[in-house]
Amino acid sequence: MNSNSVSVRDLSLSFGAVTVLETLNLDVKDGEFLVLLGSSGCGKSTLLNCIAGLLDVSDGQIFIKDKNVTWEEPKDRGIGMVFQSYALYPQMTVEGNLSFGLKVAKLPQVEIDKRVARAAEILQIQPLLKRKPSELSGGQRQRVAIGRALVRDVDVFLFDEPLSNLDAKLRSELRVEIKRLHQSLKNTMIYVTHDQIEALTLADRIAVMKSGVIQQLADPMTIYNMPENLFVAGFIGSPSMNFFRGEIKDKGGRKVIDVNGVDFAMDAYPARGPLEAGRKVVLGVRPEHVKVDEPGDEIHDAIVDIEEPMGADNLLWLKLAGQTISVRIAGSRRYAPGTALKLSFDMSMASVFDAGTENRV
Amino acid sequence: MAEVVSLNNPSVKTGLSTKLAAGPRGKKPRPMFSPRNIMVYGALIFAAAYYLLPLYVMVVTSLKGMPEIRLGNIFSPPLEITFEPWVKAWSSACTGLNCDGLSRGFWNSVRITIPSTVVSIAIASINGYALANWRFKGADLFFTILIVGAFIPYQVMIYPIVIVLREMGLYGSLTGLIIVHTIFGMPILTLLFRNYFTSLPEELFKAARVDGAGFWTIYFKIMLPMSLPIFVVAMILQVTGIWNDFLFGVVFTRPEYYPMTVQLNNIVNSVQGVKEYNVNMAATILTGAVPLIVYFVSGRLFVRGIAAGAVKG
Repeated sequence: MNSNSVSVRDLSLSFGAVTVLETLNLDVKDGEFLVLLGSSGCGKSTLLNCIAGLLDVSDGQIFIKDKNVTWEEPKDRGIGMVFQSYALYPQMTVEGNLSFGLKVAKLPQVEIDKRVARAAEILQIQPLLKRKPSELSGGQRQRVAIGRALVRDVDVFLFDEPLSNLDAKLRSELRVEIKRLHQSLKNTMIYVTHDQIEALTLADRIAVMKSGVIQQLADPMTIYNMPENLFVAGFIGSPSMNFFRGEIKDKGGRKVIDVNGVDFAMDAYPARGPLEAGRKVVLGVRPEHVKVDEPGDEIHDAIVDIEEPMGADNLLWLKLAGQTISVRIAGSRRYAPGTALKLSFDMSMASVFDAGTENRV
Repeated sequence: MAEVVSLNNPSVKTGLSTKLAAGPRGKKPRPMFSPRNIMVYGALIFAAAYYLLPLYVMVVTSLKGMPEIRLGNIFSPPLEITFEPWVKAWSSACTGLNCDGLSRGFWNSVRITIPSTVVSIAIASINGYALANWRFKGADLFFTILIVGAFIPYQVMIYPIVIVLREMGLYGSLTGLIIVHTIFGMPILTLLFRNYFTSLPEELFKAARVDGAGFWTIYFKIMLPMSLPIFVVAMILQVTGIWNDFLFGVVFTRPEYYPMTVQLNNIVNSVQGVKEYNVNMAATILTGAVPLIVYFVSGRLFVRGIAAGAVKG
């Protein structure tokens, strides 16, 4: 007996000659908020559609609540789904939209009214019940769309980029609401997005996908701080992680990474295995893990190229070891272009990847 | 920065502002008689006149008596307005042996057009819906065959269809003609509906499936209410197409079931006695009246539906 809510086993899907997903495995725990993150075309929406039953899989199995639903119709899988374009039925009122699925399922009217009222209360859309979708704003529409999943009284909610059509302000508001909804309902939620902020803020666990393969499946902090490979490292974080291509060398008993003649000492780096000298690697350091004009055991000189003040933060673009790197410092600290700086790197928070396999070492 | 703030101040709009310099301000004036306007409106007026003049001649002629027509001034308005040609055209003009006017052909055409239109639209819309949303195995092949069918000239198929209808015992009956019209409307109507349904958001269809709706529930509850424009387009295409049809009407029916167009031809081309131009004109207008009315009543929806169907191909 496991407590998996959704379990995808050896799932494959191909359209003709194009293979979108290949022997993919994914277990989602009961009550977990799982985010499928990736750029467009990585197969994340396809995977969600397979779980929903809107796409027939080529091979493999899908279990929801320990029941094999691979051949079940979407309505029989115990799922509710929210779409990017809201997908509200334009000719029906909000109430009609919420109750449509229940009417199709031939539930008694009393039960329908009860469930619609409850969903409307949770989402605070009672005043909108008699309106048509065309009379609602984007945020209200998406709320109704969530309500339509809510009334189905299901175990698993599927979100297909639900916030992508909203403007930035509404997006952050609804993001908080979805998180609150998950905390109060405690349903399993699978959420597809290409927005890393949404993924990091909402998820219990994130599955980063690339060309149909899950690159890393872990909690947001692990994904952010200990990316499993170069792709995950570069995909998560804005601005992107700084990468230095170099070679591991032995210098006076210390392991260092030599990047175009600049040495980075590796003493503090929590390596998984021995770092052999001569190995070609990529060193990755996030912009906020570079210290500026602070004491450190290894100091690099750099010149400010461009300064981007962002209010809370200040982003500096600098030249170091022949390449441009970004450094994030507090917004109150300002440096004019051309200023000479002393940088030190927090190697305990850095990531090192093998240049060949691109995996973490 | 001060100017930017004052832009939002309504008092500036009403009162005279001292901040504005002399020179261009606000909307740029456009002369009425620019070369561009003369070209555009000139071309439009010419085209309108070109198409309206024959109609004018027909209406005017149909309201004249025969003596007046013999004077030969086809553009002059009638001196004495008479509706006798209209009455005659409708109820007593002779086609061959019987002399009961166009009324019989009118009712035949109604009995042909309405069932053909309804049945063909019903089948084609379901075809299009299935092709657009339920991608069944062989859907593309089916669709290709259907479209190729639209390019085969009618003349090629007439004789085989005559034989098929004869074997079915339907040759010469209204039912036979209705079946023929329904089948021949299928390719273009299916294409029309398929394109329209493809242009509707796919997520709507997915949402309905998650809600548990099946093939027919989605069709009737979700798709139909959203598709009024395309149904109007299909209706106009079919009503005008079938009403104006001559070839099938003359080939597949017997004289007592001739549609209005065939009867009109027989009236106009009858060689006995005097050529009654006024009766011919009235009969022609009567025959063309139905498509004209359909256009006028639903023209706006027609344009909207065509535009909507054209979004995705």
